[in-house]
Amino acid sequence: MTLRTLSAGPGCTIQDSGRHGYLRYGVTGAGPMDPLAHAIANRALSNPAGAAAIEVSLGGIEVTSETETLALAFAGGDFAATLDGQPLPSAAIALIEPGAKLKLRAGPSGNWCYLAVAGGFNVPLVLGSASTHTRTQIGGLQGRALKVGDTIRTGKPAYSAFFNAIIDAPILDRPPETIRVLLGPQDDYFAADEIEKFLAGPWTISARGDRMACFLEGPKLTHSQGYNITSDGIAMGAIQVPGEGQPIVLMADRQSTGGYPKIATIIGPDHGRLAQARPGTSIRFRAVSHKEAVAARAEEHAFLAGPIKAEPLIRTEFSSEFLLGLNLIDGYVDAEQRPSK
Amino acid sequence: MSEPRFLDAGEAALVVEFGSGVDPAINERVLALDAAIADAPPEGLRELVPTYRSLMIHYDPLRLDRDALVLLVQDRLKSAGTRKRKTALWTLPCCYELPYAEDLAEMAGLMKLSAVKAAAIHANATYRAYMYGFAPGFTYLGGLPKEIAISRREKPRPPHDSKVILVGGGLSAIATFAMPTGWYVVGRTPERLYAPDRDNAFLMEPGDDIRFEPIDGATFQDLDRRAEAGEVVAKRTAR
Repeated sequence: MTLRTLSAGPGCTIQDSGRHGYLRYGVTGAGPMDPLAHAIANRALSNPAGAAAIEVSLGGIEVTSETETLALAFAGGDFAATLDGQPLPSAAIALIEPGAKLKLRAGPSGNWCYLAVAGGFNVPLVLGSASTHTRTQIGGLQGRALKVGDTIRTGKPAYSAFFNAIIDAPILDRPPETIRVLLGPQDDYFAADEIEKFLAGPWTISARGDRMACFLEGPKLTHSQGYNITSDGIAMGAIQVPGEGQPIVLMADRQSTGGYPKIATIIGPDHGRLAQARPGTSIRFRAVSHKEAVAARAEEHAFLAGPIKAEPLIRTEFSSEFLLGLNLIDGYVDAEQRPSK
Repeated sequence: MSEPRFLDAGEAALVVEFGSGVDPAINERVLALDAAIADAPPEGLRELVPTYRSLMIHYDPLRLDRDALVLLVQDRLKSAGTRKRKTALWTLPCCYELPYAEDLAEMAGLMKLSAVKAAAIHANATYRAYMYGFAPGFTYLGGLPKEIAISRREKPRPPHDSKVILVGGGLSAIATFAMPTGWYVVGRTPERLYAPDRDNAFLMEPGDDIRFEPIDGATFQDLDRRAEAGEVVAKRTAR
């Protein structure tokens, strides 16, 4: 079975849970920007949480099935979805018959939406992973973003009785205003009042970001002992502060090592919260303890361990309130524009 | 030797920091701990990333408790100090001639040397592969002789070829991918340090030693064809 792309905006890539075990050789982990949403889209189809799915950027995507009916699921940012022109909720399971068209477009909020298929996408693994890293051209489809006319093979579904449904995943509703961090590993490069300044913010998400890094604009942070350190490892969510004093958060496509002090690290459950925050969004950081971070992670783990709830959907039964809530306007997204609240 | 520091890089990575600088003795302690943990990895360990001066331990905090991990590291440190690590000496062919050494004359001039002399100095040293970083197979080398220990450029130069030998920031490096750089391109090797389809995608391990064997342009072309066909053209000597 194959899925075919009828259109693909820039930056749509295939991602599984990431490339593991090769950071020691300088290989980026890649993987989804919003790991929770990626896992939910897969779990809704009974796929393993880390199965290969399409990470859809604000550029959107339109896909069709070539020969057989495919069960697809999508979740993540609040994207506008249509199946043959009929609106769907922004997190849903959709059965697409041969020739039917599923379209995902940027909606009112969020940067990334994950499109999974029952059985997962089947692409050659590079160093054990299907994840695309475009900078080094590995993984996914020849290491590149998707383009019009790509056909992607799908794996064998574990389960067969799918229906069109709304995915009920309240855990995805994560306002970005406060992002939890653990201070360090180089918070000792900053005096106490600089740490306070960092936590007070507020920080504005710059339009410069990509899968590698999110740039923040706000008060200038000053280092107490210079800004060059001998390179060491970088975890996802590490917040490094270069000489100019404006923090950079390292995301899925980050390099494996780096030489700027890292004032704090965003906790795992909040990686997606930051990834989904659009340019112009104002955020603050809140320092938590290691114990609190692990508890938040356990909560997310428990949610994913259970079945993802999906309510059957009959297209003619959309309420007018629901339809009004969808963004049905075609067109582009202004990355500079503040999302409306 | 002082005790290492334990630093959290989020709730799923622990940094064991042995020092702050580029020093073979510090790097040796990092690699000894890396090997001691890899030999019998605890449940919940994700991956180990050795660097010049620290070991980053990625783990699943729902399966491996942070305090238990610290105790495990302290325990492994006791045995790590006494073990002898297996290392290799690699002899890598390197062409120091144009067009493969595009910045050699510029670098040599800034260090008040002829290009031939600068290449000879680079080729006569033994380097330590301290760590990989930045890109797959990008290798940071220590042991650059003082006469050619040039600092980085003020502004990066446009992208270079893949498989180039660089100097800059007082270090040497091997870059596997074409990219802009603040370093100087002094030569090029036909060897593929990173080949994702090869059984051993990465030839070298951190802590291995490297020497460069000068070759001329014609030999480069020949070895490059053989390397493209999958042959390993570098020589490995076990130590």
